[in-house]
Amino acid sequence: MARQISSPIELKTYAEEVCKKKERWEMVIAVCGGTGCSAFGSYDVRSAFTKEVEKLSLSDRVLVKMTGCHGFCEKGPVTIIYPWQYTYVSIKPEDVPEVIEKTIIKKELVDRLLYRDPVTKQRIKHNNEIPFYAHQKRLVFQHNGHLDPTSIDDYISVGGYQALAKALFEMTPEQVLVEVEKSGLRGRGGAGFPTGRKWRFCRNSPGSEKYIICNGDEGDPGAFMDRSVMEGNPHSVIEGMIIGAYAIGATKGFVYVRAEYPIAVKYTRLAIEQAHQYGLLGENILGSGFSFDIEVREGAGAFVCGEETALIASIEGKRGMPRPRPPFPAVSGLWGKPTNINNVETWANVPLIINKGADWFASIGTAESKGTKTFSLVGKINNTGIVEVPLGITLREIIYDIGGGISGGRKFKAVQTGGPSGGCIPEWLLDTPVDYERLTELGSMMGSGGMIVMDEGTCMIDVARYFMKFLSEESCGKCVPCREGIDRALDILTDITEGKGRKEDISLLEELGEVLKDGSLCGLGRTAANPVLSTIKYFRNEYEAHINEKKCPAGVCKALITFSIDEEKCKSCGKCAKVCPTKAASGKKKEPYKIDKEKCIKCGLCRESCKFGAVIVS
Amino acid sequence: MATGIVREVDLKALEKIFRGFEGKGESILIPLVQAIQAEYGFLPKEALVKASHHFRIPLSRFYGVVTFYAQFYLTPRGKHTIRCCRGTACHVRGAAKVIETVEQELGLKEGETSEDLSFSFETVACLGACALAPVVVLDERYYGQMNPEKVRVLVRQYKGASIQESSIGEENNGKAD
Repeated sequence: MARQISSPIELKTYAEEVCKKKERWEMVIAVCGGTGCSAFGSYDVRSAFTKEVEKLSLSDRVLVKMTGCHGFCEKGPVTIIYPWQYTYVSIKPEDVPEVIEKTIIKKELVDRLLYRDPVTKQRIKHNNEIPFYAHQKRLVFQHNGHLDPTSIDDYISVGGYQALAKALFEMTPEQVLVEVEKSGLRGRGGAGFPTGRKWRFCRNSPGSEKYIICNGDEGDPGAFMDRSVMEGNPHSVIEGMIIGAYAIGATKGFVYVRAEYPIAVKYTRLAIEQAHQYGLLGENILGSGFSFDIEVREGAGAFVCGEETALIASIEGKRGMPRPRPPFPAVSGLWGKPTNINNVETWANVPLIINKGADWFASIGTAESKGTKTFSLVGKINNTGIVEVPLGITLREIIYDIGGGISGGRKFKAVQTGGPSGGCIPEWLLDTPVDYERLTELGSMMGSGGMIVMDEGTCMIDVARYFMKFLSEESCGKCVPCREGIDRALDILTDITEGKGRKEDISLLEELGEVLKDGSLCGLGRTAANPVLSTIKYFRNEYEAHINEKKCPAGVCKALITFSIDEEKCKSCGKCAKVCPTKAASGKKKEPYKIDKEKCIKCGLCRESCKFGAVIVS
Repeated sequence: MATGIVREVDLKALEKIFRGFEGKGESILIPLVQAIQAEYGFLPKEALVKASHHFRIPLSRFYGVVTFYAQFYLTPRGKHTIRCCRGTACHVRGAAKVIETVEQELGLKEGETSEDLSFSFETVACLGACALAPVVVLDERYYGQMNPEKVRVLVRQYKGASIQESSIGEENNGKAD
């Protein structure tokens, strides 16, 4: 139902109307529609619920809805049943009739679908009691588990667009700006520049035409927080942008979303369209006289476009190449006009600050890093997923209390933060509080929030090489240090992983790192050496083992390892021979199997398939 | 993105596409090229030439942009596109072996399309589905927690003459409504 809302009072009345309408639902079944859960089959689960609810004529009392990412991807599909907030994990379509019969009709729990704590072995009823959620502080993600991202009414029913009404009618642009400055909010895209100060630069720049941009080009491999915000609560980003535009005096905004996120593109477009229909975007917003519009631009697959000047070039229809700063975009940005760029999560924080005040926001976090930060906790960890924590929490708390420790009972080795600009942090530094300054001191950085956990089976030289390979492909090639320096670092690291490393390689890599840092044009090149320098700093012995002893302690670098079978452990089951693609593994019944080193391509399939741990890598 | 086999390029559809971009200046270039690719599955040279004339934007500008971004294709794409993620999370969980297996099974290197236009094989920097690592996306469907064995089964299923629905993965968000 489209309607123009033309004053804050009308918005309030409408919100009450929507809430009242929602009261008719006695129960709500919220199925997670995030990428993780949908790959685990949550769309089938949703269909099964809808079908069952219709079959039993419950449609007038029970609402089945698809929500944004709940975060607990590991246990997908996650389904929460309101009002009790019963949380069922790893649910399948065939479980649905039982859930309807027991939980919806008889108000009983289906025990086997509840999360089982791996330590206490207890079944847990509610999501907020599950350790994964209990240690988090969800603000940006607070509505992700129950909002339908395609419904503006749903957003309005939880107080959506109230911050906008407050900003437009109770505050001057200057007051909004001061509030954001006071809150201490810093850019969530990585570098952590104070948001309020950035806004002020742009506001103070001369010119009547100004732009704001939402950077949704989340390119860091291993990061998908922004995706979850755009797919779970797109209106919070739109609302934040309108408030920002009001404070800065911008007339037009762009949301730049990477093309790998089709659902984020779709939902953001839909949110913009709905906001238009309601009079919350476009001419004379809410009858305030303030006008502002937003357009979506899709990226086309270039990591460097996450850099603000490259992103601007891309919107202008050019190759996404960075240019030197100054002039900063705040002075001369999109089409030469003053432009302010913030990341998705930064924008989504703005309505929270306006609603609850700068003091409230500043009370969360550390002295220099305020508020919460979302992370994607992935890699060799038990509870993979999206988490949101107050800044200042330690890495150990995130990895062990929320993440549930390392998967497969293996030993922790390092955690990588900050994407290709970040570094690997070792075990003995896990008690470091997570904030912008501390992570930078460790030779890593906050980055947009990828947190990749690595165990003893990860080779740190291979990881460094991986990032150089990535950056070598993504470097735009405009400046020499980045284009050539990264390639040389990649060559050296490749040699080391192939057993051709030389003693002087480590110091050469360090020198190259300095050149990259000092000589590159943009952030991509300037931080490119971090993965290499941090692994040298903390895992030097691994480099030395590769170079001096021609050994890969983690058993990853193919040129430095051999596969063989432990005769005592081998049960002659034949599984290794079955999976071996080159027939290198062979044997007879009742005799230990063997691996022909000539034929072996070191793919590791035999090791993975052996249930008895008989395949040895040395 | 449509991935059909286009042998004869029917340029009629272009006029309709062009209409949506009139009078907006050079910044339309990327969305315009995206629209052309959505129509043809790749970027036929004739279409780019025509767009260049129509909008009076030098052809070199088109080629500059098209060759810069990873998602633009100047040659026809296979009927099926298999994309393997090589993001960090996938990497530490064994994506390299999954990629190797796909290369073996299809006889293609990354970025290549089979001669009969049945498959295109790509690797992607990160699909943003890290919780499912290693991830493979086949025609917009996400397949999580892959290993060489699972991906081999998956590819072989699609290689069959009659394309059958796979039982490994489930419906994905590409089908979201």
